[in-house]
Amino acid sequence: MVKRLAAVIALGLLALIILPLITDIGPLDELGIAANKYVDMAVKELGVQNVVTAVLVTYRGLDTIGEVAVLFIATTGIGFVLRKKNSRGWKPRKREQSEILHVSGRFLLPIIVIFSIYVFTHGHLSPGGGFQGGVILASSILLLFLSNSLFEVNHDIMRALETIPGFVYVLMGFLGMVLSAGFLDSRLLPLGKTGMLFSAGTIPIIYSLIGLKVGAELSAILDSLGGES
Amino acid sequence: MILVMIISLGLAMLVSAGVAVYSRNLVVAVIASGIIGLFASVIYLILSAPDVAMAEAAIGSGLTTVIFLLALKRIGVEEDNDG
Amino acid sequence: MTIAIIIGFVLFFFGLFAVLTRKNLIKMIIGFSIMNNGVHLIMVAIGYIEGNTAPILDKHHIRREAVQMVVDPIPSALVLTAIVIGLAVTSLMLAYAVMLYRKRKSLSIDDYEDLKC
Repeated sequence: MVKRLAAVIALGLLALIILPLITDIGPLDELGIAANKYVDMAVKELGVQNVVTAVLVTYRGLDTIGEVAVLFIATTGIGFVLRKKNSRGWKPRKREQSEILHVSGRFLLPIIVIFSIYVFTHGHLSPGGGFQGGVILASSILLLFLSNSLFEVNHDIMRALETIPGFVYVLMGFLGMVLSAGFLDSRLLPLGKTGMLFSAGTIPIIYSLIGLKVGAELSAILDSLGGES
Repeated sequence: MILVMIISLGLAMLVSAGVAVYSRNLVVAVIASGIIGLFASVIYLILSAPDVAMAEAAIGSGLTTVIFLLALKRIGVEEDNDG
Repeated sequence: MTIAIIIGFVLFFFGLFAVLTRKNLIKMIIGFSIMNNGVHLIMVAIGYIEGNTAPILDKHHIRREAVQMVVDPIPSALVLTAIVIGLAVTSLMLAYAVMLYRKRKSLSIDDYEDLKC
């Protein structure tokens, strides 16, 4: 009881310190200086229709490399903490597998994979991008786990899908430093016509690599967690 | 109109946060925490941020709930008796 | 949008209260996830401009005067990164909870007093 009262008093004092943040922020009227430049130059300089994609991949590309690194470290940590001596994949069920799940899983799997590839290749034209597409890819692997009790992940393919895109991503950054204006500049490849699929330089390629890498890492997390207790 | 929608979604988020923290059954708490992500995704769509809405719907209310439930199955505990 | 900022702050403080006063490990991790949701809501609500639309410039009449018709894109990019990192940290915490239960068969932090002096 005393602990709860002390926690409430501490939170009340913290709220008192943060209170000017709520009352001093009025609604915005116009964009700030940096957002002004990004929205203005996204179509003219980079040929990209989705401004959030331009900010994530080119204008703040170093933050995205940092995030990919953090996800990689977390996946490695989970795989190391939860390693099993005799790995057998997911434990086979004692119950009979549901027929609806079995048939519909086999039917829905190619549709989900095609949808995820669509989302991460059209990241520069419509809402979407590498991270959303990677998560949808991981959910297709989850459907395979749930509907088929004898499914085991091929660890060699998972390892290849995780390391090769990361390596090529950093390599493209260095190529940008040599052949173009700076690290991770996206004007390495020709810009093309705005609105076509193969346009905007290296942005669709980078987003596809990120989508494959994030999908493989999240599938590895699901595979590590779902074992026998 | 937009104000009414955001207020009602916000109230729903706060109620399910209360259920998630104060419930005894751990499976109910985990599913309530997934519902918060679902309502947050709708609020992001009202605030004109479609990329964030897609990511929050897939990650916050899809994968986070599944990862919690897998960890709960591996632990094997279903009730919270300490409070 | 002020009402969304207030809801975000209430969620953040409620999550922090849950982390401070609950004794079950899983309840503490759920509280951390609620804190994440609150902070992301605050950040997206700060970048909202009344009456403007999403920052995707695919029609010509939007492209001509994009600066006056579009919501701020920078908080969207930051929140996208933060959501993925929140998922990674939450799943790492759950892996640690599974390992701790395997060692001592208890999910209450009253039984883990090794670090207390």
